[in-house]
Amino acid sequence: MLNYELVVVGGGPAGMAAALEAKKNGVNKIMVLERAETLGGILEQCIHTGFGLHYFGEELSGPEYAGRFIKLLEDTDIDVKTDTMVLDVASDNTVTAVNKKDGLLKIQAKAVVLAMGCRERPRGALSIAGSRCSGIMTAGTAQKYVNIDGYMPGHEVVILGSGDIGLIMARRMTLEGAKVKMVCELMPYSGGLTRNIVQCLDDFGIPLKLSTTVIATHGKDRLEGVTIAKVDDKLQPIPGTEEYISCDTLMLSVGLIPENELSKNSGLQLDMITNGPRVDEYRETEHAGVFACGNVLQVHDLVDYVTQESQIAGVGAAKFIKGEKVTGDCVYTKGINGVRYIVPQRINCKTDGDVKLYFRVGAVFNNAKIIVECEGKEILSKKKVKLCPGEMEYVIIKQSVIAELPANAEITVRVEA
Amino acid sequence: MTYDVAIVGAGVVGGLIARELSRFNIKVALLEKLNDVAMGTTKANSAIVHGGFDAQNGTLKAKLNVEGTALMPVVCEKLSVPFKKNGSVVVAFSEKEMEHIKVLYERGIKNGVPELSIIDQAELRRREPNISDEAVGALLSESAGIVCPYELTIAAVENAVTNGVELIRNCEVKSIAENADGYVLNTTAGEINAKYIINAAGNFSDELAKMVGDDSIELVPRKGEYYVLDKSVGNLATHTIFQCPNEMGKGILVTPTVDGNLLIGPTALNIEDKDDTTTTPEGLRDALQKALKSVPVVSIRNAITSFAGVRAHPVNDDFIIGWCEKSANFINVAGVESPGLSSAPAIAIFVREILEEKLALTEKENYTDTRETPVRFRHLSDEERAELISKNPAYGRIVCRCETITEGEIIDAIRAPGGARDVDGVKRRTRAGMGRCQGGFCGSKVVEILARELGVPMSEITKFGGDSKIIYERTK
Amino acid sequence: MEKRELVCVACPLGCPITVEFDADGKVSSVTGNTCKRGDAYARTEVTNPTRMLTTTVKVEGGKSYVVPVKSANPIPKGMMFECMEVINKASIKAPVNIGDVVIENILGTGVDIIATNYAE
Repeated sequence: MLNYELVVVGGGPAGMAAALEAKKNGVNKIMVLERAETLGGILEQCIHTGFGLHYFGEELSGPEYAGRFIKLLEDTDIDVKTDTMVLDVASDNTVTAVNKKDGLLKIQAKAVVLAMGCRERPRGALSIAGSRCSGIMTAGTAQKYVNIDGYMPGHEVVILGSGDIGLIMARRMTLEGAKVKMVCELMPYSGGLTRNIVQCLDDFGIPLKLSTTVIATHGKDRLEGVTIAKVDDKLQPIPGTEEYISCDTLMLSVGLIPENELSKNSGLQLDMITNGPRVDEYRETEHAGVFACGNVLQVHDLVDYVTQESQIAGVGAAKFIKGEKVTGDCVYTKGINGVRYIVPQRINCKTDGDVKLYFRVGAVFNNAKIIVECEGKEILSKKKVKLCPGEMEYVIIKQSVIAELPANAEITVRVEA
Repeated sequence: MTYDVAIVGAGVVGGLIARELSRFNIKVALLEKLNDVAMGTTKANSAIVHGGFDAQNGTLKAKLNVEGTALMPVVCEKLSVPFKKNGSVVVAFSEKEMEHIKVLYERGIKNGVPELSIIDQAELRRREPNISDEAVGALLSESAGIVCPYELTIAAVENAVTNGVELIRNCEVKSIAENADGYVLNTTAGEINAKYIINAAGNFSDELAKMVGDDSIELVPRKGEYYVLDKSVGNLATHTIFQCPNEMGKGILVTPTVDGNLLIGPTALNIEDKDDTTTTPEGLRDALQKALKSVPVVSIRNAITSFAGVRAHPVNDDFIIGWCEKSANFINVAGVESPGLSSAPAIAIFVREILEEKLALTEKENYTDTRETPVRFRHLSDEERAELISKNPAYGRIVCRCETITEGEIIDAIRAPGGARDVDGVKRRTRAGMGRCQGGFCGSKVVEILARELGVPMSEITKFGGDSKIIYERTK
Repeated sequence: MEKRELVCVACPLGCPITVEFDADGKVSSVTGNTCKRGDAYARTEVTNPTRMLTTTVKVEGGKSYVVPVKSANPIPKGMMFECMEVINKASIKAPVNIGDVVIENILGTGVDIIATNYAE
């Protein structure tokens, strides 16, 4: 059995930032466990630029952004084990992991940071009808084949889902010589950033078909085509609008799901909306000493925000390890009227600083107002020219305001159109 | 190459026949037109071992089902294949349907089905707490069970190959000629000579029989669609829950699988194209809606995948097993629809007995009837895991995160006798890619390992043989 | 006088902008934007649109087959495919470091193509 003050599960941007911040805040023995052969997580295959505008004020590619943190990590005495898979986080914060070199590892930790990231929603969950031919893959899988392995996953492509990965892959495949026929989006709006729609689709004349979905795949061995159809306002395909599109590849970019198998196995309850653990303002879960940050907690659109959130978790873990973290009564947060969820889900009444509430809205709003209330009283309101589901929003609640709220009170955040 | 026996079709029937014949001092070839075994009806059915009350008394179906179900636990243990005797219930939703339950019970007793009883609503609810309030009672068949049909086939073929049977893949029989020595099979893998042919070609057994002039086999391809639900809801049903057949049809079953998922299906649609394993929005909707009748809490939100299978429904409604009337040394094993899986262990013995009428069989001395238990990392204790990795570090690398499958297990699956040649083959043997992410993360890793083990570039690896390429040329 | 409709990408608002310009590309009016950055974006976009180019380049003698690269600065939008052709023919010897120049001054644009990851 090894002993560490802090074990970080995952060596992507979240895990690295949490580990570094914990180190900065006085934690001595830290171990980062990463399942891939290198640190960096999914950033390693995100070779496009646009990372780090907020955090570094520069436009970096994924590997460059990760590279900065890898360098910082190398300059510390933080231990890193790559190619190592965590199998279990027990209730006494014992972490069981496995790799080729050490075999089975048992690490007793004072605190654990969960930073496993997220995965793409697969096809099965979508229930597209048709055959089980090859050529149907998530955009992320295709991205790995092109950017890491150096193989073409297809030549004629239809992309379902206009999330950022789908948009990025539309451009990537086009640059490598493939014909991207269209991007279909079930919703009446795109889930991706405007910039990506302009620079990944418009630049190359790739049509974005809103309120359209793929209802069937065709082909015996390799995919030969798909049937698309328009959907109504209940998102159901409209009979008569079916259209056959020939293609050898269908890429799915239909959403990301936090990878919380470990969290679930260790008994953590997940938030129904975020699919991540429920946390306090330092990202401590309902399990003492277990923190969660990054895409395992809530799916982010910008890595810069992942870094910021993970630094909060790193500080929290350090406070916990040193016995300085506040405990006791909490107030609880809830998104209503257009606000889908809020992270953190609870705030310690005696918290030691201002708290940012992160949230997402459920639809596009123009010239709207965000209103934060507690027990019928308005705490603050903020005007927004535009709110859309693709972009994470936040409001800041002052420590002084929180201190005055009664224990177990509910803070609600809503949109007023 | 000349064989004593050529078995055409490496499904569960052909596979278990191959295993049975591998006991004897004869040369046996198992011909499979696709890149792997268990690729037809075998890989896409309900995975149920039936009690045996369904078939009419006196039919081959009734006889072989009851015998096969009794043999199944033994065969599974020998082959180290998980089998669970979870029992089945045929649920009645009205007093009128209870009358039919009594008919099924009587028939079952006549067929020789053991452990059969009729239970009331209270007992049904006690056994299946999630059953619909509309259910009034059921036929309980405690000898029924669940097994993974392709795992059984893979294990049977592996055992057969270990005992000297030759598995020839991508070997589609195009025509058959007869001469003084027996048969010459003209296949996509070249000419194959055999003294006897056993036709276990599933949906294509009618076409194979025609190659020797036998056009007596009449099959109707019938498609069934299914949903597979996540393991988190695998405990919604304990028994295999059938619906009492009525004028609307046979109903939809809800069953746990031996791997812990929940399976819903099948629909039944007669089709033209025997290879049509496409799922349809209508079929899947139908399967779900009917399943709700038995277990109303089932939710599509938990679906991880859907699939369709085609079964060969014989027009005469019974298995067609026996010597072909048009060609001397040709045995038909056709029309093996449900309860084909349940019957398969008994069919293997039955076919061997038929063969013995003409071909004298002497037992091999060095025959082994067991298959080595494959490593299943996810089922091991921490101590066992540590020991395993110290012997072979490949078991220390997790490739499939959802199902906790190691690189070592994938390598084993490829190197095993009759081992995996493609991504789906690895998936069926190890469960890599079968979890929640459906291969999103591990898919490319599996391609990499297959390429390395088979000594070919990644771009040559397929999903399931043929033109089912995963990736194309290099980008640079 | 020509007219072009653009969606501004300077911030997430995505303002619809209309730009009017003459045959020489001289901009006469920018409307629809709600800030100065929008105006600047629109002018560049119709006169000299540029884009960052990211792709991979072949690695020689390394463990990885390819390494990611980017244009050190934005290149003219119209030259993306020409640049891809040049990059697709190029290669770099392992080991590679972040920032290593793979192609200097690609197609006379004054922009280098540089590696954005390590490759052993």
